[in-house]
This record gives sequence, C-alpha cells and structure tokens, in this order.
Amino acid sequence: MASRLRQPRTAGTYGRRLLVVAYLFLLVIWPVALVVQKTFEGGLDNLQTALSDPVVTDALQLTVVVALWAVAINTVFGVGISLLLVRYDFPGRGVLSALIDLPLSVSPVVVGLALLLAYGGTNGTFGPALQDVGLQVAFATPGIVMATAFVSLPLVIREIVPVLHEIGTEQEQAATSLGAGPWQTFWRITLPSIKWALVYGVVLSLARALGEFGAVKIVSGNVAQQTQTATLVVEQKYQDFEQGSAYATSFLLALIAVAALVVVTILRPKDDTDGD
Amino acid sequence: MGIEIRGVSKNFGDFVALQDIDLSIPSGQLTALLGPSGGGKSTLLRIIAGLESSDSGTIEIEGLDATGLPAQKRNVGFVFQHYAAFKHMTVEKNVAFGLEIRKKPKDEVRRRVAELLELVHLEQFSHRLPSQLSGGQRQRMALARALAIEPSVLLLDEPFGALDAKVRKELREWLRRLHDEVHVTTVFVTHDQEEALEVSDNLVVINEGRIEQIGTPDDLYDRPASEFVLSFLGPVTRLGNTLIRPHDIDITRYEHAATATGRITRWTRVGFEIRLEVTPDDVLHPDPVQVIVTRTEATALQLHEGAQVWLRPRAGAETVVS
Repeated sequence: MASRLRQPRTAGTYGRRLLVVAYLFLLVIWPVALVVQKTFEGGLDNLQTALSDPVVTDALQLTVVVALWAVAINTVFGVGISLLLVRYDFPGRGVLSALIDLPLSVSPVVVGLALLLAYGGTNGTFGPALQDVGLQVAFATPGIVMATAFVSLPLVIREIVPVLHEIGTEQEQAATSLGAGPWQTFWRITLPSIKWALVYGVVLSLARALGEFGAVKIVSGNVAQQTQTATLVVEQKYQDFEQGSAYATSFLLALIAVAALVVVTILRPKDDTDGD
Repeated sequence: MGIEIRGVSKNFGDFVALQDIDLSIPSGQLTALLGPSGGGKSTLLRIIAGLESSDSGTIEIEGLDATGLPAQKRNVGFVFQHYAAFKHMTVEKNVAFGLEIRKKPKDEVRRRVAELLELVHLEQFSHRLPSQLSGGQRQRMALARALAIEPSVLLLDEPFGALDAKVRKELREWLRRLHDEVHVTTVFVTHDQEEALEVSDNLVVINEGRIEQIGTPDDLYDRPASEFVLSFLGPVTRLGNTLIRPHDIDITRYEHAATATGRITRWTRVGFEIRLEVTPDDVLHPDPVQVIVTRTEATALQLHEGAQVWLRPRAGAETVVS
C-alpha cells in the first residue's frame, strides 16, 4: 500500500478522477455496454437464436477447445522458458528474451501468414511432409491452436519472470540442502511461489486466446462448422445481416473472459506481504 | 573426522575467492570462519554444503568423500543470512520439509517437529506463516528446519547478520547453549569478531582467499600470528614500534619511563568507556595513539582534553613488533 499517496482531497482530485472515469467510459464501458444492450434488446431471443444455430455452437465449441489447448501449451512452455531465462545464463539469452515479445509486436495477420507459409498443406515448407504422415496443420484445428498459442505466448512469461527474479534462489537452495531433488524443489517450492503470477498469466492468455481473430482467420480457412471460431462467426454473422447472433456471440465471448478475470480477482490473496 | 578440506581453490573469473585451502574442522565443535567481507569464507561454507562447486580439491564430511556429491545428498543443514523461509508454508511445514522429503512416517514427523519447535521456543507459532514472525523467530525456525534432518554438519552463513544488535546478541548466546545441548559439528561464518570470540570453540581467520590463523579464541586474541589477525580481532593502535590494543596502554599525568608522551587531542565518551587520542611530541612517531580507559579511571587520573600524558604498555599486554 506504500505505493499510494495520501493527500488532502481538493477540486483537482475530483477533476482527475472524472477525467479517468470519462476516458474509460468512452473507450471501454459504453461500447461494451452497447453490445450487452443490443444482445438483450428483444429479451432472450438473440441468445436463443444464436445458441440454436449449429454454426454458432460449433464455433463456440471450437473456440473453447482451441483456447484450452493453447493455454495448456503456453503454461508448460511459459514456465519452462521463464525458468530458463531467469535461472540460467547461456549465450543468446538476451536474444531469446527479445524474441518472446515478438508476438506482441507483430501483427497477428503476419503470424497467420507465416504459419501458412511454413505448414501449408500443398506448398508450405513442412506442410506436405506432415500431411504425408496424416497430420493436417493449416486449415485445421492444430494450425488454429498454433496461431493462438503463438499470439498469447508472452502473457504467461511476462507475468512469471519478475516474480522469479523477486523470490531469488535461496528458498530453492534451502530445499536442495534439505534433500529435495530438482523436481521436488520445483513442485514444492518454485511452483507455489509463482502460483498467482501463473494463474494471472493463464487467465490473460485465456482471454487473449478466446478473442484471437487475425492469425486464426488466415490459418483456419474460415469454414463454417469446421474451422470457424467464435470471433470469425461474429464477423460473418454481422456481414450476413444476422446482427442478433453476432451480438449474442460477442456477449458470450466477453462474458467468459470477464468471468475468468473476476474469479481470479476474488481468489487472489489481498495480503501480499512477503516473508523478508 | 569432522570436515576435512584439502587443496580447495575457487575462482570467479579473474577473482580468486579461495586459494589452496587446507583445513580440518573437528567433530562436535562450534567453529567460526571469521574474516572481512569478500574474503572467501562464505564461498568456503557453500562449497562444503555443495551449493557451490570448487575448481579443485576435496571435501570429506564425517569420513565420507563428498567432493562429487550433489547438495541434496550431503545431509548438511544450512542456515542462510536472510532465512530463506518457505513463505507459502507454515512454521510447522517449514520444519517438516526435510522429513517429508525423506518420506518419514507421519507420526514420526509430527513428533520430531514438535520436539524441534520446543527446542527453538516456537511451539505456539507452529501454524503461523513466516511473514507473521519477527526476524529472530524466522531464523530460529530456519535453524529448526536445518536440524530436523539430523545433519552430519550444521552450516550457518552469517546467521545473525540481518538482525538488529539486541536480538543478535540474544540469539548468539542462545546458539551457544543450543550447541552445548545438541553437539552437532557446527561451522558458522561471520565478519563480527565479537560474535566469533564469544560463541566459538575454534576460530579460523580467512582473508583474501587464504587462512591467516587457526586456533581457540584465546590463542588468537593473545598470540595473533600476524598484524592482520591482531587488527581484525579488536581495535589496535601503534605505540612506538609496536602494535598494541588501546586498553592495554598505561596512561598517567606524571612523568615516568614512558614509551611516548604527548597531549590528549581527542576525547570521545561512549557509555562507561572513554576513547582518547594522544598526539605524541616525538617527531619520529607523530601519528596519534588511541587509548581506551574507563570513566572511573579517567576521573581518578584527572584526565582532560589538552592534558600532557605519558604512555607505556601495561604489564602483560600482548604486542606485535612491526
């Protein structure tokens, strides 16, 4: 709490607060509220129509499957890469650290295109070989998972790395001297210490994965009921003058993401006093 | 037996941390590694624990060659300066950690943890988290945790360095008593000479990666092998051609056969003690001499700033000619 200033409240205080609230309102709250309002304009009709449309339900299902896979992959590799970056010194460490931010700085469309060039079924670099062994990557679920994982990779790592720096290595060394092997030390000491950073990173990845559009659009081929994810359905329905379904699907996507953030905020311990 | 260190060297890049160290640490005793910061004593302790590897040499712990053994197999209790408490575990779980890793039966773990918490006077804190304990309590918890695995040696790296002066003094007396009860071979690193002199059975003075002298605290204090050991174990001052402790100087206001004479040019009172600086009249030895007297002595001798005094070593004082 030491990071907060305690000052007497003046007219300026209220002026600044108003500015922040107005900014958030115009940029975030109002537009999102409009989506919610439009969704429920005719009662539950829009939701019912959307949820009885197999195009929408299949897309939602695919989105959830893709998001879960992408998050699972990012959790394992995120923790692994974070440990590598913080605990070990090796040539190219700086380059790796910079590369991890690449997905945040490169447009998702470019990511999709790159994946297509590498894994495209007919003329991609690895695509034909993979197809020969019966694995279709582009225009199929694996490709969508890869695109989503690529785009949300930095979110887990950027949450964990500062915490790993902060906790240092003494607890791990103490565990080692008490007889714990590397795996025991990881499960009993390191993982519990980074638990909340990891959970937060996972939720951010999940939210990002649910909402990914650009990369997925290029890699998936956008075939309804096969490779069409929820965000792609929103675009298609909107263009096909089925706004009701588009609003309802958008609402559901936002709902899952917001629900995840709310759950974490409630679960996260308030008292973050460290044991120094 | 105990710990046998032979030919251990360690470099960090160009920096020589330890240079061909040979040392026998006797079983069942409390040995202090004393020296200035950056002198290599912590590195030596970490090499014994296996937390750091040596470039050359061998380590033998209680007759067992430990040189190639990883830290987790050395059965060494290690206590860190900053406690290294497992922050997400209760005091009880912290102490039980080593026993649970060794898959001891639950009853035995519970019994042993209760015993140890009693030993370190933390029974009533067993369900607290480390963040709810004071520094001294955390360090006692860390000590119980290290003792839980019945280590063949107990290593403490500046264990009281992060505590305030009063707690530090209490804990060091308490460590001495604990050692008299438990009798495990103990090595602790410190840069505080008072701590080392008060607590240890044996003292090893380490400076710039080399051992300066080994002996009992009395040996080292009374018969320092070098100027470095003499000056590190307490304050020293130069009287004529010799180095001497400031409280070993006889001071009077009456002329007699003295080593030096001069005026009192500085007067600092610290509690019962008065620290004086005497600037000699002798142009060959113009550096001020430090003298420590008690307040009572100063009053009896009618000393005051600016007074002319005569100085000589007290009978029985230890000196080093240089």
